[in-house]
Amino acid sequence: MSYFTKSPWLVHYDGSSCNGCDIEVLACLTPLYDVERFGIVNTGNPKHADIFLVTGGVNTQNLSVVKQIYEQMPKPNVVVAVGTCACSGGVFRECYNMLGGMDKAIPVDVYVPGCAARPESIIDGVVKALGILEEKAKQLALAKGKGEEA
Amino acid sequence: MSIMSIVSAVLYLLLAPFVGGILAGVDRIISARMQRRMGPPLLQPFYDFLKLWDKEKQEVNPAQGWYIGGFLLFVVLSGVIFFGQGDLLLVIFTLTIASVLFVMAAYCSNSPFSQVAAQRELAQAMAYEPMMLLVAIGFYLQCGSFTVGDVLHAPTLSILRMPGIFLGMIFIFLIKFRKSPFDVSMSHEVHQELIQGMVTEFSGRTLALIELAHWYENIFLLGFVYLFFGAACPLAPVCGLVACALVYFLMILVDNCCSRVKWQSLVRSAWVITIILGFGNVVYLMIFR
Amino acid sequence: MDCFFGNNLTWLPGAVMGLDIIAALIIFYYTFKHRYYWIGALEAVQLALILWFESAYGHSLAGSSPFIIDKLVWVMLAIATVIGGSIVVFAIGYMEEFQREHPDVADRRAFFFGVMVVFLLAMFGLVMSNNLLYMYACWEITSLCSFLLIGYTQTAEATANSFKALWMNLLGGLAFAIAIVLMGSQLHTVELTRFLAVGSGNRVVLTCAALLVFCGFTKCAMMPFSGWLLGAMVAPTPTSALLHSSTMVKAGVFLIIKLCPVLSGNLVGLMTLLVGGFTFFFAGCAAVSQSDGKKVLAYSTISNLGLIVCCAGVGSYAGAWTAIMLVIFHAVAKSLCFLSVGTAEQEIGSRNLESFDGMICRIPRLAMCMLIGICGMFLAPFGMLISKWAAMKTVVDAGEPLLVLLLVFGSSITMFYWSKWLGKICTYIPTKEKLGQTIHGVQWSSLWLLAYLVVALCAVFPLLSKFVVSPYLGKIYALPTEVIAENNFVVTGLMLLVLLVMALCYGRGCKQKKVLTQLAGLNNGDNQSYEGALGIVPITLNNWYLEDWFGEKKMCRYGYQFCIVFIVLGLIFVGGGVL
Repeated sequence: MSYFTKSPWLVHYDGSSCNGCDIEVLACLTPLYDVERFGIVNTGNPKHADIFLVTGGVNTQNLSVVKQIYEQMPKPNVVVAVGTCACSGGVFRECYNMLGGMDKAIPVDVYVPGCAARPESIIDGVVKALGILEEKAKQLALAKGKGEEA
Repeated sequence: MSIMSIVSAVLYLLLAPFVGGILAGVDRIISARMQRRMGPPLLQPFYDFLKLWDKEKQEVNPAQGWYIGGFLLFVVLSGVIFFGQGDLLLVIFTLTIASVLFVMAAYCSNSPFSQVAAQRELAQAMAYEPMMLLVAIGFYLQCGSFTVGDVLHAPTLSILRMPGIFLGMIFIFLIKFRKSPFDVSMSHEVHQELIQGMVTEFSGRTLALIELAHWYENIFLLGFVYLFFGAACPLAPVCGLVACALVYFLMILVDNCCSRVKWQSLVRSAWVITIILGFGNVVYLMIFR
Repeated sequence: MDCFFGNNLTWLPGAVMGLDIIAALIIFYYTFKHRYYWIGALEAVQLALILWFESAYGHSLAGSSPFIIDKLVWVMLAIATVIGGSIVVFAIGYMEEFQREHPDVADRRAFFFGVMVVFLLAMFGLVMSNNLLYMYACWEITSLCSFLLIGYTQTAEATANSFKALWMNLLGGLAFAIAIVLMGSQLHTVELTRFLAVGSGNRVVLTCAALLVFCGFTKCAMMPFSGWLLGAMVAPTPTSALLHSSTMVKAGVFLIIKLCPVLSGNLVGLMTLLVGGFTFFFAGCAAVSQSDGKKVLAYSTISNLGLIVCCAGVGSYAGAWTAIMLVIFHAVAKSLCFLSVGTAEQEIGSRNLESFDGMICRIPRLAMCMLIGICGMFLAPFGMLISKWAAMKTVVDAGEPLLVLLLVFGSSITMFYWSKWLGKICTYIPTKEKLGQTIHGVQWSSLWLLAYLVVALCAVFPLLSKFVVSPYLGKIYALPTEVIAENNFVVTGLMLLVLLVMALCYGRGCKQKKVLTQLAGLNNGDNQSYEGALGIVPITLNNWYLEDWFGEKKMCRYGYQFCIVFIVLGLIFVGGGVL
């Protein structure tokens, strides 16, 4: 069995947003919500992380940054877009420099809507992401097995 | 080399990862409780380790993993020498090779975060090394030998004549265990100012190996605490184990009570403590043999 | 086995006198040419002393064994031959490149190599002499040769530094001359073995020992005489390597080690070990703040010599054992460090440590040599560290708490400056620019020879102890003790093996995904720059030099003050008893 679901470490990135979702993400770490119960650790380093938690939308300036952070994460990994802006661009959508939601830059696995997203829904989204992580890990192991056979 | 020492070295080799991992789990739970949280399951460190092991292998450069392999190897070797009842100074010097290899691993990535952390690590090595050596010298003066085996069979409890060295050692163990206020070069705490310091550039298996080395190291550092209670008396082992537990708890308590200090304060305070407590005690031991 | 030459060398005293006079004439020539008259006067005084002594007592002091070759002398001879020899060979390639790079420096290579060879010959004579008059002559010649080699480039700085070296060494020579006169007139011998046989109970012996130790201090650059060794850095690298590792400074510690038996538990010994200990500590501290590669090496040399002197000053069996071991390992590792830094300077164009960034990628083989040299200086399975371990034990046994403190702090600080250097050269920066094509073949041969020697000596450490050092000391000390238990050598051997196996495994890992270094997502793609608000910003990473804490001036000032006080007090207290 894989241990990915038992120890999801996450890295958090904030794109174009009002920082509201940001604060809600940090609220998850507080004693009230205590995400460490699930082994979740906020690492702050993409190289250690399994879950990429993004808030805010993509603009022309942070496009390359988001891509690079995603690139630095070892597989298997999942992306959770937290908040309306991350899902679709939100109120900033029509700005001259905006490209839209996070899925314009990187493949998003779970969308957590809300403005700002509640800590409960963020945790819910992360738990949902764990299922996808598990699935990806299995596929990766399978692909690796095939690679070794061939 | 007696059978006993070989057995204990092998036991260390096999069991240290498990005990070390469980201690790390206990640490996380107690820390969480101190912060009024529930905390992760006891076995969380093992889940983390196994997950990291399964992750995709990636690296910044080909030299990275090599240094980390060497680091783990020499940490384990120093532990084996310690539990194989070897020479205390040799243990410390072997540990020095390990830490130099670790520093090189951080250096070689050429990343600002890990290089700054590497410099800090060197500075803190400079801070704790004198005290470590004084611990060995203290045992030599007290028991007439640098050998762990002889220290364990000392006629009297060493701590009675070496309280200063004991306290000084506890102080620098805060650095060695990478606990606040002295976690300047790397720590498990989230988002420190250097991202993750020395381990910024590691991921997957190499990170898992670093964690493993840390467990091995913690166990034999606690072994040093035990040495102070090594005596022929039958109650001594109990005292020793209780002392280890108390010291470990103290580390966690201090970790949760303090905020990180600058490296300058770290080095200064470690040196002042070393001179007052460690050196004072050594002078006492030299005068009243 | 000890060999004694017969005493039918009747022409020898005259020839040695001749050498004294020739050396003095050359010194007079240079001091008058550059108007350093007082240095000339310094030489004149000691020459007059020696000539007067020779005429007054010379004939009555025919000793039985002017030369002795014991195991220690063999060790010194081996060091001078193998290491000195490889440095001279290295110099053939180096000087060719040096002259090409410095067209303004007059090509006096013939002179350079001539002086180098004379230097080595003088070193041979020095270590073999039992008669102090002969030793004195060789001593003067080494001073003269070092003076000539340091001033090779004939620039104003080189000339000034060479005279600095000269006056400091002549001061030592003066002490030597006084010691000879005192010894000859009071004890009626000028032979080291007879002198040592008198024992340390005699005040005259103590005074002579104090003078000779002082003379050793000047030669092995103890503080406050460390200035000349640093000044010697202006010379071409082979000169510094020769001065630092195999000759010159080793002559100073050789004399002090020879005096070991009379240093145990008296004021002279105390002075020796205090000066050594404080030099070890303060020179080590000063090395932290240096970014010039050769200066770091210079301070590290001074620091290690301090440790050797300190151990010799303890005067016990273990102290002498440690001192000899340190001499051997220091010579090999330090010469390797010097030669690789010199070669790197020629390749990279700078000897600043910051310019060695990523050397392992640019000049892998040279970086390897430097790596071995540095590891040999401070890491565990290598000899220096093992000797340091013994030093710690020696000092604790001697019951000197202050020195214990200096030693534990000094060795931690030593670790700091070596590790950061090591980190610098091992930083992995992929580059297309491959240097090192122009390094001469003979340079490589010397570098590799020394690199293998560092590793090999580490493996034969126990044998060296058992068959060379212990037998020598066994003749001097009644009670041989085991300095480091033999089963520890099994462990260190194992460690060496692990390191070698590791070295073989380097780069054998499986192919992995390459990722960029973590620069908060702003890495420009080459790990060397990031996209800042003002465009592409290159990354420059510098080491810490902790100038505020370990500033060179501050450390030297403290070191000088302490050492001057110890030397002056030592000489006053010891000399006061006789005069």
